[in-house]
Amino acid sequence: MGFRRMESVRMDRGATPNKSFDISTATSWVRGRGVYVAFVVLVIFNLIATPNFASVATLSTLLITVSPIVLVALGVALAIGTEGIDLSVGSVMALASAFLPLYLGYGWPIGLSVALLVGALAGLVNGSLVAFVGVQPIIATLAMLVGGRGLAQIFAGGQSLLVTDPVILWLGQGRPFGIPAPVIVAVAAVLMVGFLVKRTTFGRYVVAIGGNRSASYLSGHPVRRTLLAVYVISGLLAALAGVVATARLGASDPSNIGLLIELSAITAVVVGGTPLSGGKVKVMGTVMGALLIQLISNTFIANDLPFTWAQVLTAAIILVAVYLQKGRGVV
Amino acid sequence: MEHRSPVLEARRVTKRFPGVLALDDVSFELRLGEVHALVGENGAGKSTLIKVITGVYRPDEGQVLFNGGEVSFAEPREAQAAGISTIYQEINLIPLLSVAQNVFLGREPRNSLGLIDKARMNRAAGEILERYGIRADVTAPLRSLGLGVQQMVAIARAISVEAQAVIMDEPTSSLEAREVETLFGVIRQLREEGVGVIYVSHRLEELYEICDRVTVLRDGRVAHTGELAELSRLQLIAHMLGRELSEVEKEGATGFSGEHETAREPVLVAQDLNQHPRLREVSFDVHPGEVVGLAGLLGAGRTETAKAIFGAEPLDSGSVRVEGKEIKTGSPGAAIKAGIAFLPEDRKLEGIIPDLSVKENIAAAAMPRLARAGMVSEKAQDELVEEFMQSLGIKASSPDQPVRELSGGNQQKVLLARWLCMNPKVLMLDEPTRGIDVGAKAEIQKLVDDLAAKGLGIILISSELEEMTEGSDRVVALKDGAVVGVLSEEEITENNLMEMLAHGEDSGDGVQENGERADG
Amino acid sequence: MSTRPADTESVGGSPAWRERLFTTLQRRGAIVVLILVVAVSAVVFDNFLTEQNLENIVLQGAFLGLIVVGMTFVIISGGIDLSVGSMVGLGGILAALTVQVSWPLALILPPLACGLIGFGNGLLIAKAKMAPFIVTLAGLLGIRGLALAFANEKPIRIGGGSPFDWFGQGQILGISVPVIFVVIAFAVGGLVLARTSYGRIIFAIGGSEESARLMGLPVDRTKVIAYTASGALAGLAGALLAARLSAGDPNAGLAWELDAISAVVVGGTLLTGGAGTMSGSLAGVLLLSILQNLINQVGTLGSYAQQVVSGFFLIVVVVVQAYLSRKERS
Repeated sequence: MGFRRMESVRMDRGATPNKSFDISTATSWVRGRGVYVAFVVLVIFNLIATPNFASVATLSTLLITVSPIVLVALGVALAIGTEGIDLSVGSVMALASAFLPLYLGYGWPIGLSVALLVGALAGLVNGSLVAFVGVQPIIATLAMLVGGRGLAQIFAGGQSLLVTDPVILWLGQGRPFGIPAPVIVAVAAVLMVGFLVKRTTFGRYVVAIGGNRSASYLSGHPVRRTLLAVYVISGLLAALAGVVATARLGASDPSNIGLLIELSAITAVVVGGTPLSGGKVKVMGTVMGALLIQLISNTFIANDLPFTWAQVLTAAIILVAVYLQKGRGVV
Repeated sequence: MEHRSPVLEARRVTKRFPGVLALDDVSFELRLGEVHALVGENGAGKSTLIKVITGVYRPDEGQVLFNGGEVSFAEPREAQAAGISTIYQEINLIPLLSVAQNVFLGREPRNSLGLIDKARMNRAAGEILERYGIRADVTAPLRSLGLGVQQMVAIARAISVEAQAVIMDEPTSSLEAREVETLFGVIRQLREEGVGVIYVSHRLEELYEICDRVTVLRDGRVAHTGELAELSRLQLIAHMLGRELSEVEKEGATGFSGEHETAREPVLVAQDLNQHPRLREVSFDVHPGEVVGLAGLLGAGRTETAKAIFGAEPLDSGSVRVEGKEIKTGSPGAAIKAGIAFLPEDRKLEGIIPDLSVKENIAAAAMPRLARAGMVSEKAQDELVEEFMQSLGIKASSPDQPVRELSGGNQQKVLLARWLCMNPKVLMLDEPTRGIDVGAKAEIQKLVDDLAAKGLGIILISSELEEMTEGSDRVVALKDGAVVGVLSEEEITENNLMEMLAHGEDSGDGVQENGERADG
Repeated sequence: MSTRPADTESVGGSPAWRERLFTTLQRRGAIVVLILVVAVSAVVFDNFLTEQNLENIVLQGAFLGLIVVGMTFVIISGGIDLSVGSMVGLGGILAALTVQVSWPLALILPPLACGLIGFGNGLLIAKAKMAPFIVTLAGLLGIRGLALAFANEKPIRIGGGSPFDWFGQGQILGISVPVIFVVIAFAVGGLVLARTSYGRIIFAIGGSEESARLMGLPVDRTKVIAYTASGALAGLAGALLAARLSAGDPNAGLAWELDAISAVVVGGTLLTGGAGTMSGSLAGVLLLSILQNLINQVGTLGSYAQQVVSGFFLIVVVVVQAYLSRKERS
């Protein structure tokens, strides 16, 4: 009992699958890689205009300054990927920074572990509120932002404590093979998070939750567990950033460390191509975003331009980046 | 019937979306004082035509005319201001606001100070609802009322605006018989007042009761326009499907062949499912190779039942057994492991993950199987995806294409592939052919048949009566969250089904109330 | 033929009275908490209820209060405005720069300029359909940069004796002028929110923007107005603050947007939009201000502890709200 096959639907081949090179293909290529293009343009500008730009020292400074931002931005990128956010990263840095010297007396393994554990715990609190209680991520991590730094200062007794353990100091100031240790830490983190996102089921769950949470849930994904893990990882990365920054400074600084870094992190993530609505995590894009933003500041400073205008320029770039992202939606 | 002047007209309208030609050279005319039926299968273009007329979309070609003059509405607000009122199928009101606030939103009565006069607003709202026979607390938040009442409020709001043309898109989908009568009374009144009404519905009996003329859309084109009285039902269906009349008579309106062999032991047993207030003691079973249809009006609890079985919604009490073993409720993971698959009603909201690729979407539920130690095996994934893209005929430029770029029919196939690659024992389909074109629809219907033939137990939810009647071996009818009857085989006719849904009695022989087979 | 079930118990919905109880608790809870906190504080701390102390509390909260009025509208409409803190800084700088030219200008230019920026925010959000979080985040960065640039990163003193000072330091009938401003703002804001069409449309947009559009409501226009107002109020707060401090500080208002969001949320407004009250936001601002005051009263807790308590308080409130929301829905 068959039936006659219906006439097939007329498909309008309006969007050509043929890859002919034309303006629209070019613009869409640029859109997807805007941050790289912008970075290259800025580097070229600097090569021309900024004295002493093409030196190891400049590169080194840039990479060292950007390392904590990259660490923190990776965690924020994961959170944003699930359509959430983590505003508390700066305060978690402060927490780690406060706890580190307190426990270094027991040896660097203990000190380091405690600092990282504190970050993980903060992430656990954030994640539990988001995943199990259903609090908006912006509010939950806002509370941690507000309370975390205060907590850090209380535990540190409001003081800046010196860090003298050689292993830890090496983490911030050492140069294995001529490469600054913070940079190596950051690169390792980038590789790990990139691996997580691209090759593991966890990474799939993250983008699925951000892309369509209901669909993810109905596909049997462990939504709550994944959200919890995302915020714990973000807390760990922030703690790591705090340790590295503290090591570099040679002292803890719970009042100032990581101040306002969440803004830089979010900027790096967004400019790097990860949409705020989640569903996609661009790890390399985030790194490039951080580099771009930092390079903008450095360019202004090196060329004696008022630094505050760098901030204005950064704001403009955010708007442009997001506006371009919008172009890829359907009607 | 003398020729009345057109109040609303679409002239040679064409509308394209990426990958799809939604409207192709469509001309449509609504006259003053007429009730004009707009019919067509899902995906034929009815919604798109309405959205073009009311300014939600701009036509790529063609014009829209209102009272003889060309108009180009930039947004729904302008169409409303001009005198075109629309009642949508989904209740487009604001659930958190009160009933009265919803009725008067944007045009609240003011007092002498220019502020909203709450007392007068509430009173006026009460009066309007009275007129439609609705008794409800106008200060209560809208979402606390049943869907039927919410829809009546939407209708009341649309009509209280002085409109010259009223468009109703599936207005009766959540209404009970009594409310439908009220609505028809309102429509007759509008007709008398010279208002033009566009009535979109696939409930043929309703059309024949209230409409004057009919326009049939098929695949984005006008298949027929004329007086409804001159067209028999079968002729109408034939126009909608594009098939010969004799064929429709013989083979039915869908791609279902209707006959399946089923085993004796059930593969799924749902027992006394309770979830206050939406489900009440729902029980039924499904056998391998059987298609069980869940029928009911909107809000009857069909989707809730399927979701409860799948563990997507928690249960107050009740059990679900697969092949005799009880499974944990409230956990989709447990249901999936036991072999249950669920295709949700709204693929945009709960189905596809829009920015991910076709292959990532297909593999979404299979993650635990495709991964070792948490790492996804791309090779295994690609093989699986390739196999199902072939067997289901999914049309995409490559497995890496973002799934949101596919047509509705292909997206639905992707979702089917997601579940079929899990080798499920039970497959629950909630409106599987909604919003897709006729060709893909028939393909999917045939696929369901094939799956039943292979031994899957299938639960089918569809608001298209022909799908239910032609596709199901048994039909379980739900009303207000409880099972009101079961129909088997020859008993499954449109009439019997409508009776059962209206009056809640079972009208078959040898059928038990709780939905299990008499001989089971 | 079955008859329609009684009004209060409908299929597919919960009993209306139960839903309304939880809704009321969630929306008006802040006021109840405020009263409780005031009562307890009055008992525990001797000088809590003194005129001096109460004035202090209200004055401290006044500047934040102006921002909260705008933020309430924006959040109820389903959006957010992160740029208001930076606008306070910019407003102060603009006031300080123009006060020599003409003191009325110092009061009018900041709200005008920041309102214009808010208008820009609104256009990007409503017309270009960009996410409010991002647009106003860019605003936060860019506007602060502008303020710092205009001020050369240092506060600008306002020479003593200018009539402009009165707006920050003067009093009418014993009430500080900024307080009068904020009281008027809350009153007008509350009235508009609850009793005008515009207010209803704000709720509608937050409740379901798509439905609001389909209902024919002027969604874009309403949003733009909300962000414009938010900006103008922030600019005004900046000007008044500068008048009070006799100086425009480019770093004024740092992180105030977070405080404003906290106040609004504590006040019972849903962050997702569609529900909230101006009175709740007022209670929220007062609660935050009282919290600060209490911590200072205790004295032994440093400002660090104040932050911890604030954060903890916010969490508790939000958790309770989430719980109530869930009860509302089931």
